[in-house]
Amino acid sequence: MMRRITGWFNQHPRATLRALLAGPLGWISIVYLGSLFILLMHAFWSKDSFTGKVEPFNWTLDAFAQILSNPVYFTIAARTIGIAALVTITAAAIALPVAYYMARIASPRKRALLLVAVTMPLWASYLVKIYAWRTILQTNGLLGWAISPFGLEGPGLTEIANSWLVLTYLWLPYMILPVYAGLERIPNSLLEASADLGGRGWITFRRVIFPQLIPALAAGSIFTFSLSIGDYIVPDLVSDAKFIGNVIYDNSALGSFPVAAAFSFVPILVMIGYLLVARRLGAFESL
Amino acid sequence: MERTASTALAIRLDGLTKKFGSGTDAAAVAGIDLEIRDGEFFSLLGPSGSGKTTTLRMIAGFERPTAGRIYLHGDDVTDLPPFDRDVNTVFQDYALFPHMSVAENVGYGLEVRKVGASERATRVKEALRMVRLEGYDARRPAQLSGGQRQRVALARALVNRPRVLLLDEPLGALDLKLREEMQIELKAIQGEVGITFIYVTHDQQEALTMSDRLAVFNRGRIEQIGTPAEVYEHPKTSFVAGFVGSSNLVAGEAARALFGTPGRFAIRPEKIRLGEPTDKVGADEGSVLGRIKTVVYLGADTRYIISLDIGGELTVTQQNLKESSMEAHSAEGRAVRLTWRRVHVLTLAEDPQVAPA
Ligand SMILES: Nc1ncnc2c1ncn2[C@@H]1O[C@H](COP(=O)(O)OP(=O)(O)O)[C@@H](O)[C@H]1O
Ligand SMILES: [Mg+2]
Repeated sequence: MMRRITGWFNQHPRATLRALLAGPLGWISIVYLGSLFILLMHAFWSKDSFTGKVEPFNWTLDAFAQILSNPVYFTIAARTIGIAALVTITAAAIALPVAYYMARIASPRKRALLLVAVTMPLWASYLVKIYAWRTILQTNGLLGWAISPFGLEGPGLTEIANSWLVLTYLWLPYMILPVYAGLERIPNSLLEASADLGGRGWITFRRVIFPQLIPALAAGSIFTFSLSIGDYIVPDLVSDAKFIGNVIYDNSALGSFPVAAAFSFVPILVMIGYLLVARRLGAFESL
Repeated sequence: MERTASTALAIRLDGLTKKFGSGTDAAAVAGIDLEIRDGEFFSLLGPSGSGKTTTLRMIAGFERPTAGRIYLHGDDVTDLPPFDRDVNTVFQDYALFPHMSVAENVGYGLEVRKVGASERATRVKEALRMVRLEGYDARRPAQLSGGQRQRVALARALVNRPRVLLLDEPLGALDLKLREEMQIELKAIQGEVGITFIYVTHDQQEALTMSDRLAVFNRGRIEQIGTPAEVYEHPKTSFVAGFVGSSNLVAGEAARALFGTPGRFAIRPEKIRLGEPTDKVGADEGSVLGRIKTVVYLGADTRYIISLDIGGELTVTQQNLKESSMEAHSAEGRAVRLTWRRVHVLTLAEDPQVAPA
């Protein structure tokens, strides 16, 4: 009997693959997508204005109306997306020269050291890193101490720029690594061909290297952008400018699940749009 | 560009040396001197690892020499970066830019040198016509066959009208048929544009058919420089005799027995006549008796390995004018007389550095 089964699988390799993947895929679709679906359903349920209780399957668009009628929601969405975009651009601007140095200039020994240096922060706890930044940024913190001789004081923990800085720090490795891998994939002979044809360093970078790094940059930006859009701890701990996540958190803490769920549509739709663009840029082939 | 019959030098290499890694490693290029004339089709021929590519890369400017100078049309360019040298390279792996179309690839050199768009378009068109790729402008390299990519690489280099074109085994990745077609085409193109071609190959047949002159490389040194006929007919060292064409190398006691004097000699297998033991030997001829040991049928030719009665072996090739493969193979074991004209016995220089191939 056992033999017959193994024989059958041998002749039907795709069935083998399906059987093997059924477990994990089933888990993802039921547990992960199922719970997401239930969460998003809340957005269309009404809430008893007197008891404050959610009334399941009592369909309404009240939550969306509430969000659209209040400009604060718009400001917060725009701020979150704007900071996420800024974090992505900054990370790309830092990652390009760093990855270029690692992939093309550094000796094998330095390259290994730098790779460790880039990945090491990923091993440290996310919260520990944020608290470290708090001690740096607070008014009488490390930064304030360092610039005090110039009559300046630390930025404190209210500036929105702090979120930009700390989020860039947190997600930078996710940009450096794909860009580094993308640079490694460009054969040296292409750079030599460019120089041979008269292209100086900058032209070679702009016309030969950069266009071939677009898939890698798009791949890295998926991480920096989506992780920034979804973050609510950094904006809470280093600044007082709320992100989408903070609003969702606050609303669910107050029991306004429909509003929280309705607002969740914003980052989800933005990310779907972003992923479609990234796919066109070839990001998924370079992950 | 007019082809001038001048004897002006395109390239002069003066004691060119390249060492990779630590000082104890053998030099990849060990102090070569070479003069290449303007308009010449010059080949660097040698086995893999003999330093041909390294030499070419130093001329292009990708590699800095450890010692020695490089002169391009009389100017010392040793310390110039590649983009300041009037040479272009056709890379072995073609090195086409994958994100650009064929036309953009070919136009790249003109674009970075700020040639105007309309002149650029004309010259790109002309270059694509020269390599017979009209109408392929919009394709990406990935959509081309190996032979077509090779042509794009050639057009991309030629369009800049460099004074010297460097080609590193440009046909290495093509199959035999295409290779032979491209050899003829390359030679024709070179005649048309009159640019000096420096052509790296490990294929002696290719070097002999295409070159005006060639240099035979071995272990980072040049063993011989000359026209194909000179190198083939008068190899100076046993390495050259063995590498360019095939040769029977004879030295020491065997040489005394066969040719009357000790020393190092070579004789080409096709210069030896295979006949009956009773055949007459002319006054200007040498001869020896033996027995056919092995027969290798090669289609147009047959190769015989003969064990000599005085000891040792010689290889002989004969054209298959009449014999069928059956007849050729039936000759195994037969007693034969080998005869050759004395003028075809090549005297080689003693070269203790170089092991016979
Ligand atoms: N970048 C390099 N680093 C170290 N050794 C090299 C390098 N390039 C070539 N070599 C060595 O130099 C020698 C000559 O190589 P090369 O010029 O490529 O020979 P060819 O083109 O004749 O096959 C070889 O022994 C090769 O291993
Ligand atoms: Mg080579």
